Amino acid sequence: MNRIILLVVVLACYTFSACAQTGTPVSLKLPSGFKAIVVAEKLSRARHIAVHTNGDVYVKLERLRDGKGIIRLRDTNGDGVADEQFAFGNYGGTGIAISNGYLYASSDDEVFRYKFNNKNEIENPDAPEKIVTGLVNKRQHASKSITLDGKGFIYVNIGAPSNACQEQDRTAGSPGQMPCPILETAGGIWQFRIDKLNQSYADGVRYVTGLRNVVGLDWNTSVNELFVTQHGRDQLNTLHPTLFNNEQSAELPAEEFFIAKKGMDFGWPYCYYDPFQKKKIQSPEYGGDGKKEGDCGTKEQPLYAFPAHWGPNALLFYTGNQFGSKYKDGAFIAFHGSWNRAPLKQGGYNVVFVPMKNGKPSGDYEIFADDFAGGAENLTPSKAKHRPCGLAMDKDGAMYIADDQGGTIWKIIYTGK
Amino acid sequence: MKKLLISFAILTLVLLMSFTSSQPDLKISMQRGKKVYDTYCLTCHQADGAGVPRMNPPLIKTTYVLGDKKRLINIILKGFNEAVEINGDYYDNPMPAQPQLNDQQIADVLTYVRNSFGNKASAVGIGEVKVERMKLKK
Repeated sequence: MNRIILLVVVLACYTFSACAQTGTPVSLKLPSGFKAIVVAEKLSRARHIAVHTNGDVYVKLERLRDGKGIIRLRDTNGDGVADEQFAFGNYGGTGIAISNGYLYASSDDEVFRYKFNNKNEIENPDAPEKIVTGLVNKRQHASKSITLDGKGFIYVNIGAPSNACQEQDRTAGSPGQMPCPILETAGGIWQFRIDKLNQSYADGVRYVTGLRNVVGLDWNTSVNELFVTQHGRDQLNTLHPTLFNNEQSAELPAEEFFIAKKGMDFGWPYCYYDPFQKKKIQSPEYGGDGKKEGDCGTKEQPLYAFPAHWGPNALLFYTGNQFGSKYKDGAFIAFHGSWNRAPLKQGGYNVVFVPMKNGKPSGDYEIFADDFAGGAENLTPSKAKHRPCGLAMDKDGAMYIADDQGGTIWKIIYTGK
Repeated sequence: MKKLLISFAILTLVLLMSFTSSQPDLKISMQRGKKVYDTYCLTCHQADGAGVPRMNPPLIKTTYVLGDKKRLINIILKGFNEAVEINGDYYDNPMPAQPQLNDQQIADVLTYVRNSFGNKASAVGIGEVKVERMKLKK
């Protein structure tokens, strides 16, 4: 009888696949000498993270957990594992950053800041200052990533609520709008002051434009410039089957890494980057045929082109010493993992490293942390156990990785063993 | 105890039979529907029908797929771009209208989706699609 019950349960599990989700943490694959410590688990959708000078880790949650959208993790005994959690903030979102004694955090349409007191505690967790409000939030690409220059300005990504600025979004045969009206209030990075309340578009500056959606961005203190990673457009094949096949659509366009100087235009939606032709190509919605350049030669070229559709969700310049000289001033990028490569094999679901000198890549990228997806056969995004989304560094040079699928926070340290 | 065992056996048989339906029309419609799915739906909804978390909704055991067929047909004909909760989550990407699909293709792909990925629901007939398309033209 027991056997029959077991059989029925196994059959039910198999048929309804409800038993497939397990809480077993995935062990990350890292270069030799590095070790990953699980700081916290099951935090739900942990997007971006920031580490304070005292070691407290602040995690921004995309959706409220028990009514709160920010979690402070504290390790009181120095083993790397958080043994205290404190939650606050009544909004979901993605952006979080610490600069000059303040914690900054964003919802999908506003940016707030919280002052730290001299004990490194947030003074009024329930009463932040609202510094930016009224930003475009139309669900698609709505997350507002943030970074600061330490000189009085905050940079906010306002993603385009669109794939390619077609009249009918993601609809085969619908032409691109000319000019693309979305660029007036989205599709770029906006700069705001940190010390002025309730700013909106009229108070800010459209710092750079022509970016479809940026989730990973960071201020590079060695060259004092903003750097961003773009999520390239989707669906070249499904929207333009006569111009692109499945294989081409899986490899086009590249995910681009840019230096973003004030006034730059990166070309979306009119252009996309083809890493094989090594240039920007006119989008098919704007008359392109996969070869024509149009005026795309006038748009900014990437510093580095990564494989298509991997989804760069975090950028971190490594300014610490713990990892060794190879990593100094280089860029870590967390790739959330693709979906738009289907029906071909998915890619990403990793954290890569690009060596940098004087603000320019000085070598090829390598995969630094891997196996977030947990080795699923025929990987699809929903099957991945983890999807890396946030990166941060503490004052000792340890790196933290946040995952918005399993809600795990890892601390990566160099032990030399 | 014996009765319990027998009822288990009957239940299992009934389940098995319902999974291995031998209706030839359904089988043919499913085969055609898979081709439509692979061409127009798979990239967003994925090979396993599970979609992309928070972007493209799953097609597995949702009321949108298994419920009212008229609503489902209209999602293909008109597209869908609303913030609605589906199995406890919200999805950001718009579903484009698929006007290029003919009535047969829509009937086939919906029949396929309603009977794949662990779903089990009645087939969608070409007549049902025709009725909904006619309503749009009025």
